[in-house]
Amino acid sequence: MSAEQLPALVVVAPLVAAPVALLARRALPAWMVATAACGFSFVAALALAVQVTSGGAVSYALGSWPPPWGIEYRVDVLSAFVLVLVSGVATVVAPFAWASASAELERERLYLFYALYCLCVAGLLGMTATGDAFNLFVFMEIASLSSYVLIALGRDRRALLSAYQYLVLGTIGATFYVIGIGLLYLMTGTLNMADMAARLSDISSTRPVLAALAFITVGVSLKLALFPLHLWLPNAYTYAPSAVTAFLAATGTKVSVYVLLRFYFGVFGTRIVLEELPMSQILLALSVVAIVTASLVALWQADLKRLLAYSSIAQIGYITLGISMASREGLTAAVVHLFNHGITKGALFLLVGGVALRAGHAGFDRLQGLARTMPLTSLGIVIAGLSLIGTPGTAGFVSKWYLVLGAIEAGRWWLAAFIVATSLIAVAYIWRFVEAAYLAPLGGATPRAGEAPAAMLVPAWILVAASVWFGFDTSYSVQGAARAAALLLQ
Amino acid sequence: MTAAASHYSYWITVLLMVAGLYIVIARGNLVKKLIGLSIFQTSVYLLYIAPGKLIGGTPPILAEGFRLYSNPLPHVLILTAIVVGVATLALGLAIVVRIREAYGSIEEDEILAADRAAERRPAESR
Repeated sequence: MSAEQLPALVVVAPLVAAPVALLARRALPAWMVATAACGFSFVAALALAVQVTSGGAVSYALGSWPPPWGIEYRVDVLSAFVLVLVSGVATVVAPFAWASASAELERERLYLFYALYCLCVAGLLGMTATGDAFNLFVFMEIASLSSYVLIALGRDRRALLSAYQYLVLGTIGATFYVIGIGLLYLMTGTLNMADMAARLSDISSTRPVLAALAFITVGVSLKLALFPLHLWLPNAYTYAPSAVTAFLAATGTKVSVYVLLRFYFGVFGTRIVLEELPMSQILLALSVVAIVTASLVALWQADLKRLLAYSSIAQIGYITLGISMASREGLTAAVVHLFNHGITKGALFLLVGGVALRAGHAGFDRLQGLARTMPLTSLGIVIAGLSLIGTPGTAGFVSKWYLVLGAIEAGRWWLAAFIVATSLIAVAYIWRFVEAAYLAPLGGATPRAGEAPAAMLVPAWILVAASVWFGFDTSYSVQGAARAAALLLQ
Repeated sequence: MTAAASHYSYWITVLLMVAGLYIVIARGNLVKKLIGLSIFQTSVYLLYIAPGKLIGGTPPILAEGFRLYSNPLPHVLILTAIVVGVATLALGLAIVVRIREAYGSIEEDEILAADRAAERRPAESR
């Protein structure tokens, strides 16, 4: 394996694994191929991360066509950071999927699940690794189409309608994105992002370019579920199979945030996005509303999975809040929260998946006294919940800390107070779980079959441990994010 | 010819785009929504293809006596986009078939009503 081919290999491994899993036609070999491919991508992403930290961005010309004519894969500090998150979560969720999907899906069709899982991973990794705007659209659709099917596989019939609604909104989002790219291509004659950025500097204030910015913003915001474009998310997360929810919640929206960052700072440039257009004010307003409303709506949910889905919308609000500051601290906070929230929410959805396996679903009526029958699962949910709140000693604290720093740096004391105050709403909705699981007497509907199988508990606890680990050792997460922020603001 | 008239393809693009999007939003029938979505996507094909053509331009094959060439790249991009569009439509219709099997209807309001009714008697549908 030669080092300069890593940017392609990281994407190609799961992409090749998908048809192999399809041809295997049996669940076990398909699962082994999928897990091996995800693991390979994770190792390759780690190697890339080491390489770009010391040696700068790595470029790979696909088919040896030199950029800007050919498709370029370009991995820099930011994309390596996201690649590690996506492939890492994919590797952790794959073993979980063996136990979880086997219980939730028909056995004869299980191999299809793993083929789709590989496709989804390949799509998300491709979106991150590519340096070509149209290639990004193709990978976006690979990831989206496979995730629509994965969501539709849920046992509840409402999964079908959620998948349909996500398909319609996701396609509108992707089409808006491709309209934006079309306008940019008309103006610049190139699809390579770096080349595009260089050519845009002279014509950045022309009307087609501003229209392109608007289309791309709306399209990508639909994909990342920015308020008020989040309507597809709660149902999709609630009714999808547990492994799918955990994987998509930890990676899908995060990669879209990456695309937004890449276009705002890497293609359009800070001058047009933040000085000529009031994008930062718009993002700030939407983020604030997203955090407040989604957190409050989360409070009233009768189902823990749905509660966490709304909490995801609020947490995405914190990420876009960091982007709206457009300062070094703000962007560091956005990128580090992208990572920290990914692992935290991944851990929570994996644990809830264990509950759903034993109880059928994660409604609060099934959680009464859960700590007595599933102590490890409940403890994990509480620890990851603390990270969601932002308690010191967890990963969530680190990202909130940088957000508050960014707000103070910008002289917005009210925003710093707002960030702390809204964390209290998170305390309230995590408290609902604590109250049900620890303080309530054992309910009649609570599962009594004991803990989830180890194959599900171990991956979940790896992510729980990671969300504590990155609260103490920030050398990877914060320094990586800080380097990425510096790169974006260059 | 004025700019607005000579660039008539843009007007068609905008019309298709808005009409498609309107159908997606305004119709409650799941198949009709997908038709709207397809029209919306089709408008993008035109957005890419039309500006690639130069009046008097030939296909980009080097030959004596031809100096003006049309841009072939948009065609290639849109071939990819068409494949994506077909896949999306096929998947959307497949999901609609499954929805019809599960709910016995493809009208959005009837499906949502069925869900609400099922939520009132939570025990059986779960």
